[in-house]
Amino acid sequence: MTIHQLSIFLENTAGSLVQVLRQLKKANVQLVAITIADTAEYGILRVVCAEPTRACEELKKAGIAVAISDVFALKLDNEPGCAADVIELFSQAGISIAYVYTFLYEGKGILVFRTDNTELARETIVKNNLPFIDEDALAQWR
Amino acid sequence: MIWNPNKECMSRDEMSALQGKRLHKIVEYVYHNVPFYRNKLQEMDIRPDDIQTIEDIKKLPFTTKKDLRDNYPFGLQAAPQSEIIRVHASSGTTGNPTIVGYTRKDIGVWSECMARCLTAYGITRDDTFSVAYGYGLFTGGLGAHYGVEHLGASVIPAGTGNTEKHLKLIRDLGITGIACTPSYALYLAETMDKLGITKDQIKLRAGAFGAEPWTESMRKEIESRLGLKGYNLYGLSEIMGPCVSYECQEQNGSHICEDHFYPEIINPVTLENLPNGQSGELVFTTLTKEGMPLLRYRTRDLCSLMTGQCNCGRTSIRMGRIEGRSDDMLIIRGINVFPSQVESVVLSMPEFAPRYMLVVDRVNNLDTLQVQVELRQEFFTATFDTPAAIDELEKKLAAKLKSVLSISAKVQLKAPGTIERSQGKSAHIIDKRNL
Repeated sequence: MTIHQLSIFLENTAGSLVQVLRQLKKANVQLVAITIADTAEYGILRVVCAEPTRACEELKKAGIAVAISDVFALKLDNEPGCAADVIELFSQAGISIAYVYTFLYEGKGILVFRTDNTELARETIVKNNLPFIDEDALAQWR
Repeated sequence: MIWNPNKECMSRDEMSALQGKRLHKIVEYVYHNVPFYRNKLQEMDIRPDDIQTIEDIKKLPFTTKKDLRDNYPFGLQAAPQSEIIRVHASSGTTGNPTIVGYTRKDIGVWSECMARCLTAYGITRDDTFSVAYGYGLFTGGLGAHYGVEHLGASVIPAGTGNTEKHLKLIRDLGITGIACTPSYALYLAETMDKLGITKDQIKLRAGAFGAEPWTESMRKEIESRLGLKGYNLYGLSEIMGPCVSYECQEQNGSHICEDHFYPEIINPVTLENLPNGQSGELVFTTLTKEGMPLLRYRTRDLCSLMTGQCNCGRTSIRMGRIEGRSDDMLIIRGINVFPSQVESVVLSMPEFAPRYMLVVDRVNNLDTLQVQVELRQEFFTATFDTPAAIDELEKKLAAKLKSVLSISAKVQLKAPGTIERSQGKSAHIIDKRNL
């Protein structure tokens, strides 16, 4: 029900982002979405890609601080208010969300989020029959 | 003005005779009271009676910071605990501070020597004098404080911090003298600008600056911004604290209270004595100390000695400016910081690679310390995929550093493999202060 996301520690110095992206290019990894959570001194690059496990291994070999985090990726209807409706469900269930971002997949908006309350989030998704994408969907991304 | 002309202006022959007599006495004293020294002297086949003149000092063994550390806490103390009336502690290299116990007589000698310094700066009992060194385990605050009281001036125990209130007192009480670190003096000047206090509104006339290295250009800046004359004040807690040497009105070197603290300059590598005028490592022997007397203590400070009568009338030997250190100790905000202290903290946390870099700078006239550490690749797990988690890790390290170093350091996390692998010790340090 979740997808693997790469979380990568980046220094706030020129060239540190491109260094990571270059490694992913070298490993022929197909990127799906990238976003950066930044502070004054460093950033955390979050990457959704095809073959995340292999991508993670390649980055580790290059000496980069990288970890795999499991995040939820829900399909949204392309209508105003749909993000609000979905997040409302989690909010009502008492689930706090650490971070959120979106990307497009097969013409649909995908809402990615991470929560520490994974079990409750799963229950909420099942109970409300929310459409999601999983690892298999990502593997077919080409 | 001279506080104790008998000693400060003594003829060279009389001074040498006095030093020789005192040296014999102190060697006899440590021989009978400090097993560490008795063993050392016996190993070298030296008996106290072999030491009769000050020239004989060259036969004696050196004492190092490591000896103090190895004998922590009271191993080098000569006086029984019942005679110790005060204990100070300074930072050490491996977490153990250096403990220095003082007898009542030691505190008296300290106050006397400090009064000599203050008198040389032109301070009299008519002055109001603010002590803005840290009070507490650090010798600066209480050391200067007792000297001002001994002299008979009014002491304002301002301490550090609460700078605005301190400035209000400087202005409203008409404070005429101050003792603090030179960087704190500049910080005072900045705060004055901020509060709109001009130097015409304050009466500061003399400043006793020490506990950290400073330059002639800093002196000029402090003098012009605070409207006072700035004097050097030198000391170290192992020997006593502030009072070991002081500048007079001539400002041509710092006069050493050599009837109590006998100076030598050695080559730090060969340990041979160097002739006066040549730069080398400063070594002190305490000639009168009871609590923790030290023979030929290696200060690690590099400077030269000057002889000849000063125009002020004093005959005592003078030391030049401190030119550097013969080890890698840093002095940051008046506190001694050893890279090895940082190393021990970094090594104690598995999240970081065993590499670090210290970046020292001076921002708005205050020293800053940044500690750069490398995140270890295998410790970067899913837990760390939010800035909050990384900030927490940084805070954990910063808290550990603070407790070991006694000053706060800013932690900067670096990606794995980005800190240069160092060859020698000094490669761990970038000091941008330009001193």
